[in-house]
Formats: sequence, structure tokens, C-alpha cells
Amino acid sequence: MNEQDRDRMKKLLQQALPPVEGDAGPERDLWPGMLRRMDAEKAAMPLTGWACFNGAWFDVALLAGVVGLVAIFPAAVPVLLYYL
Amino acid sequence: MQNGASDVLNLFRQGDEAAFEALFRQHQSAVYGWILRIVRNPATTEDLTIETFWRIHRAHARFEPSRGFEGWARCIATRAAFDWLRAQRTESEVSAELCSEPAATAKADAAVSAEIRLKTAQAFGHLPPKLRIAATLAVIEELPQKEVAAALGISVAAVKLRIFRALRLLRKDLEQQGIMP
Repeated sequence: MNEQDRDRMKKLLQQALPPVEGDAGPERDLWPGMLRRMDAEKAAMPLTGWACFNGAWFDVALLAGVVGLVAIFPAAVPVLLYYL
Repeated sequence: MQNGASDVLNLFRQGDEAAFEALFRQHQSAVYGWILRIVRNPATTEDLTIETFWRIHRAHARFEPSRGFEGWARCIATRAAFDWLRAQRTESEVSAELCSEPAATAKADAAVSAEIRLKTAQAFGHLPPKLRIAATLAVIEELPQKEVAAALGISVAAVKLRIFRALRLLRKDLEQQGIMP
């Protein structure tokens, strides 16, 4: 492809897809959308460390109860497995 | 003033939300404009601008204030646009782009028919995204190749090669459709 071909292709391309004019900016402030995105991502993140105990104290208490029950009555394990 | 800007960059690097907001407000137009040049669709550009800043937010610890924010943001924006183009390579979308761009008809040379413009745009949309981005920025937008290379994270020689391959593939595609550019 020589220089002439290249210029012809460039002209054709610019006619088919005109360059974006000047300082194209968003029509509205995108910060509220950014905040929504950040909140959504934070909510979807898996909880780690102590953070997982903040919102799930009931689950933790239930788990502790089950562990305690199994420790005191090992014979209850098959019954628990049956109901799981 | 310079110190203030430097402080904001350092605070952002440390994960400060207020600094991130300041950088977002300062650079959102530039990032939007850059992405619009690549994807050419305002609604998608808004989404990709937010996606870009989300990636920037996640990568704050890897940011090097000495290298400046704009170039770094531009690289991330280019990557986000590339990911989107890779996922959206359909003919209908290219047609929609043209229809949604009234300036295209107004500015076009009368000698080049609407059909040829549409076929050219569609053929261009079929190019591999990495060739398409290089050609869009360097050929259509006429940005300096050095700037395009920096945004793509490649050398100027690689940009030239991508442009060459893009134009050659485009010409071949058009010739197959009976259009002799």
C-alpha cells in the first residue's frame, strides 16, 4: 500500500466516521453514577476478617450453637447430617 | 498550586476518597472525550468513563504520582474501551453508530455515497479491536502517533504497523464488496 492509497483510505474513513469535534465532554456530571458503582461494588465484595461478623452475628451465633451441640452430643451428628 | 496538585495525587495513592473525587471531577471530561473518540457512542462512553474511574480507584496503590495522572488514566481508558470493543463486534452496532451521528451525513463529501460510507464503517467495525483503536486515533482523529503509542502501551513502530494492517484489511474487505477505494 503506497502513500496515495493510504491517503485515499484515510479520506474515505474520515467521511464514513467523522472525527469527534473539539472538547467533547459528558452532558451531565458522572460523579453520582460513579458513587453508585462504588457502592454496588462494595456491597458485592466478600466480607473479610471482623467485618464478616458485623452483619452476620446471628449466623455466627447459630454456627457456635451447632458446634457446641456436636461437642456435647456427638451422637447428634448423623441427625444433623440427615436434616442438612 | 503545583504543590496542591501533587498533594491530591499523593492522597489518592493512599486511597483518600476526597482526592479521588477531586481527580474524577478534574479529569472526567478528558477521559470521556478520549473514550468517545474510540467507541463513538455517547451512552457507552458514559458507562466506560465510570468503568475507567472504577479501575483507577481499584488500582490507586499502583499509581505513581511522578508519572502524572492524565497519561495513566488514558491508558486505563483505552484498555476499558478495548475490552468493550472486543465484546461488541456486531454489524448492527456499526450501523447504529452511523445513524446516530447526523454530522456524518452533513460533513460527508457528496461524491462518496451514503452506501459506501456505511459499508466502510461496517468494514471498519469488523477489524480486530487493537487495529481499530490504533487506526481510529491515528488516522480518523489524526492524533500524534506518539500519543497513541503511549495510550496503547506500545511503541510508535507498533502503532505504524497496526495502522498499516488496519488499512490493508479494510481495503481488502471493501474490494471484496466491489468498492475500490
